[in-house]
Amino acid sequence: MEKGKGIMGSGRRWAVDFSDNSTAPSSRDIPDPPGFARASVDQDDSTVSRQKKDAESNWKTQKAWEVAQAPFKNLLMMGFMMWMAGNTVHLFSIGITFSALWQPISALQGVGKVFEPYKDNKVDLLGPKLLFIALNLGGLALGVWKLNTLGLLPTHASDWVSSLPPAQEVEYSGGGIPL
Amino acid sequence: MAIRSFLILFILFFFSSLNPILSLYEDQVGLVDWHQQYLGKVKQAVFHTHKTGRKRVVVSTEENVVASLDLRQGEIFWRHVLGSNDVIDGIDIALGKYVITLSSGGSILRAWNLPDGQMVWESSLRGPKHSKSLFLVRTNLKIEKDNIVIIFSNGRLNAVSCMDGEVLWEKDFEGESLKVQQVIQPPGSNLIYVVGFASSSLFEMYQINALNGELLKHESAAFSGGFLGEVSPVFSETVVALDSTGLILLTISFQNGKISFHQMPISNLVKDSFGPAKIIPSSVTGIFAIKMNAVTIVIRVKDESKLEVVEKTNHETSISDALSISEGQQAFALVQHASHEIHLRVKLAHNWDDNLLKESVKMDQHRGLVHKVYINNYIRTDKSYGFRALIVMEDHSLLLLQQGEIVWSREDGLASIIDVTTSELPVERDGVSVAKVEHNLFEWLKGHMLKLKGTLMLASPQDIAAIQSMRLKNSEKSKMTRDHNGFRKLLIVLTRAGKLFALHTGDGHIVWSHLLQSLQKSKVCQHPIGLNLYKWQVPHHHAMDENPSVLVIGKCGPSSDAPGALSFVDTYTGKELSSLSLVHSVAQVIPLPYTDSTEQCLHLLIDADKHAHLYPKTPEAISIFEREFSNIYWYSVEDDNGIIKGHALRGKCTGEVADEVCFETRELWSIVFPSESEKIIAAVTRKLNEVVHTQAKVIADQEVMYKYISRNLLFVATVALKGSVEIGSVTPEESWLVAYLIDTVTGRILHQVTHHGSQGPVHAVFSENWVVYHYFNLKAHRYEMSVIEIYDQSRADNKDVWKLVLGKHNLTSPISLYSRPDVITKSQSYFFTHSVKAIAVTSTTKGITSKQLLIGTIGDQVLALDKRFLDPRRTVNPTQAEKEEGIIPLIDSLPIIPQSYVTHALRVEGLRGIITVPAKLESTTLVFAHGVDLFFTQLAPSRTYDSLTDDFNYALLLITIVALLAAIFVTWTLSERKELQENWR
Repeated sequence: MEKGKGIMGSGRRWAVDFSDNSTAPSSRDIPDPPGFARASVDQDDSTVSRQKKDAESNWKTQKAWEVAQAPFKNLLMMGFMMWMAGNTVHLFSIGITFSALWQPISALQGVGKVFEPYKDNKVDLLGPKLLFIALNLGGLALGVWKLNTLGLLPTHASDWVSSLPPAQEVEYSGGGIPL
Repeated sequence: MAIRSFLILFILFFFSSLNPILSLYEDQVGLVDWHQQYLGKVKQAVFHTHKTGRKRVVVSTEENVVASLDLRQGEIFWRHVLGSNDVIDGIDIALGKYVITLSSGGSILRAWNLPDGQMVWESSLRGPKHSKSLFLVRTNLKIEKDNIVIIFSNGRLNAVSCMDGEVLWEKDFEGESLKVQQVIQPPGSNLIYVVGFASSSLFEMYQINALNGELLKHESAAFSGGFLGEVSPVFSETVVALDSTGLILLTISFQNGKISFHQMPISNLVKDSFGPAKIIPSSVTGIFAIKMNAVTIVIRVKDESKLEVVEKTNHETSISDALSISEGQQAFALVQHASHEIHLRVKLAHNWDDNLLKESVKMDQHRGLVHKVYINNYIRTDKSYGFRALIVMEDHSLLLLQQGEIVWSREDGLASIIDVTTSELPVERDGVSVAKVEHNLFEWLKGHMLKLKGTLMLASPQDIAAIQSMRLKNSEKSKMTRDHNGFRKLLIVLTRAGKLFALHTGDGHIVWSHLLQSLQKSKVCQHPIGLNLYKWQVPHHHAMDENPSVLVIGKCGPSSDAPGALSFVDTYTGKELSSLSLVHSVAQVIPLPYTDSTEQCLHLLIDADKHAHLYPKTPEAISIFEREFSNIYWYSVEDDNGIIKGHALRGKCTGEVADEVCFETRELWSIVFPSESEKIIAAVTRKLNEVVHTQAKVIADQEVMYKYISRNLLFVATVALKGSVEIGSVTPEESWLVAYLIDTVTGRILHQVTHHGSQGPVHAVFSENWVVYHYFNLKAHRYEMSVIEIYDQSRADNKDVWKLVLGKHNLTSPISLYSRPDVITKSQSYFFTHSVKAIAVTSTTKGITSKQLLIGTIGDQVLALDKRFLDPRRTVNPTQAEKEEGIIPLIDSLPIIPQSYVTHALRVEGLRGIITVPAKLESTTLVFAHGVDLFFTQLAPSRTYDSLTDDFNYALLLITIVALLAAIFVTWTLSERKELQENWR
């Protein structure tokens, strides 16, 4: 998570797209200057730009997979923290458990954003996304499991009957030792 | 749900880590609690007004209290409560420094030091047979500087030394049927006359030498008419008696050992005399009084035998004892009642026609009639005699009159409370505010400055004292309106005198008091007895404009078929709304759980003939009652013949008692205890108004046990016939105690347990699904407390979470007690150090807060004991899960933690009952303990988890908030600046 943010933040704050692959002059606002042959220029640069693009998409795919795998380390870390926290309810274990629940949820909410920088026509983001989601779901499951071991999930009958009022009695009787 | 279970667990954890000790800090005493000391109805008073030392009056009361009171303010100098089996027979002051008391049927004589009440000596007197106790202290009877006390008790005449309580001589009067009536000691002689009746028509006189007990003379004379009641000594050698018909006055003189009778029919003295008379004993020379119906006649005896009526009056009259004011002169006081006033006259014994003093004092009507009067004299500045009178009123209050004014008064009726209930105060509205507001702005500012100083710890010791007194006198707590937390209420108490008091829970002051008409002596009701108090109307929701009222139940006379009397009293004003004398008797009162449209509670009164009478007698009430007719049952515990009977209603009464609201009943079941082996000594049910939060009990490992909660459970304890005597007189083999849990609708015995080698007395308390009882274990020679918890096994199968989530269960549907119950019980016994006078349990509005047992100990204190200590599931080594649940490791005795005494350093002398009332705040319960003293406090068994305590540090909170705000502001500006710099880089 932290790492992903780092890549997105410091590495690519802005980008200018110098390559122009449109061939139809109508798509351009300004007409080509006289004596300028578009086709020849394109021909010259095409091989260079293709190589460049391939390298970039490769790099993006690689980074996307890296980002997708990032929660795994988190998962291990969380597991260790949970083991440290123990099974009794107190401030520390509650804090750990709730952060273990909150992190995957917030990560899942921001799946699109995390992979935004690697969005590319040629890059297939489905695999990394699925892995990312799966790992986060794993983290969530770990959190829920921890919650359950702490006894904070209403999975027992006792959680549902603990506030049931006593049943009404049909009959009423009174009396005692005569006054 | 998860959040709640989390919270519950969190709270549990929180409290298991803290040991909940409910001690007070020194400065918290008196903030929420109050303590009032009373004496009871005075039955004898002796003044001590010598020139030196403080002026005081020593009194003995019907609550068996002997006390010394300050004559100026009526405050108690010292006081001793002798206990209910040590009835005081007489008191006097001897040697000017000892208070001598005779108690326990004339068998214990004690001397107390007058200034401080320390006991000086005690001696026990035995005698051959039981008899009336007579008590005589004479200052002129001296043997070598020592005064002697003459006591006649248990058929023996004793002379006891005042110095050390040594018996100097004794003389038995063993005549078969001799009933000694008077011991007379003529002033200035060493002779004692003992006069009495033998075999109903023989008058006996013994003359005894007071110095050595030698019998000097014994004379007897027969009077054919027989004798009735008491004799009144008129001269040192003359007494007055009545013949057996009560129509003839006899003057009996025994001068020089010769007994002579003079008869005088009362009709000769009083023209329109009617009915038999009664002698009012008095010690005034030459004067006595008789009473016929409501007429009091004062008669003077002239020249041994001539009788002369000096006064005849219809007013209630009381005559004081004689007070010798100077050599040979005796004064006495007469008090007469005339509607709003009482007339006090002081006369000389030999001069009836002149009054030494004549005063009229305005008297509150709610004090009733004057019952007793005691006088004392003082010398005015002009050397004439002045008199002060101590009077005891019908409501048991004690007043001192001097110079036509009430100097002080004490509400000693509050020492004998029969029953207590509570009432809400009026809701605060505009213009209803009764409390005084601090009107002085300066005062107000000063107060707040002081408080600020206190919180900032800048206060000097004087300031701290001022803050403390401000806290104690907080006008908030004695306001006459309802408060948000429900701490302010009215305690409505019924006293033995038939007076109803309303006490404010804030500071214990009397809001109103009312002497009930229905419990006053009248022609139809000769000996009215107050029995119980019930809430009659509790306005709620739609009937908010009505005032709440209480129902007072009484009956005429001690017999079971005596007609009943009802009173309805408005609790806001103290006015008696109406009073009824019933034609039927009252054996049982059953408050029904139904109310009519004006929020009047329906009550069923069962008479001695087992007819049920419904109150209020309105058609609406009858229609409500008839709707529930087949579901109403009642039971009676006949403890004298060992039978418990269950009854159902049958239909309207027939015959001469036919009435719209009268219903016949039929017997359904009965439980007969074998009379030769078992005797009922205790029967306890749950409190009617107890609220139970839940039917489930979550135990370790998330398991659930379902409590068997029923309003119709009765706990009965029986003991072996031999075991129903005093502790120590039976062997463990001969005695056992059986505890039963009985369903009062069907008569089914749900549980039965026998404690071998145990005996009573049994004190028990029933709450929710458990009962705790206290008894004596003869084998272990210790008191024990046992707990029985009862659980419903038939509900235990409700384990499917999905069914519970979807609500597809029948756990809350109404149940009939005729369905077969399947219960299990868990029980355990623990040793307990103290013997117990009363036992109660805390109650809260919603029943969520954990419970504490309130135990009235033999030392007249109230001890709070967590119910957790009396958990039947305690084991020696509880598992981790059980520890988390709050189970304490098992030890054989219950701990007595000195800090958990609710009454802290105070004692509630003569403790009789403990009442708990829920406040509106769930964590808090109000506790009222009454005996001779009254004590009130607030308790929070699990601490005040729902409100901030008084000692909450508001200053710290405020400082923290301010500091945080400042920090936020500072960091915000810093970060702004840094960001700007960053952007320029």
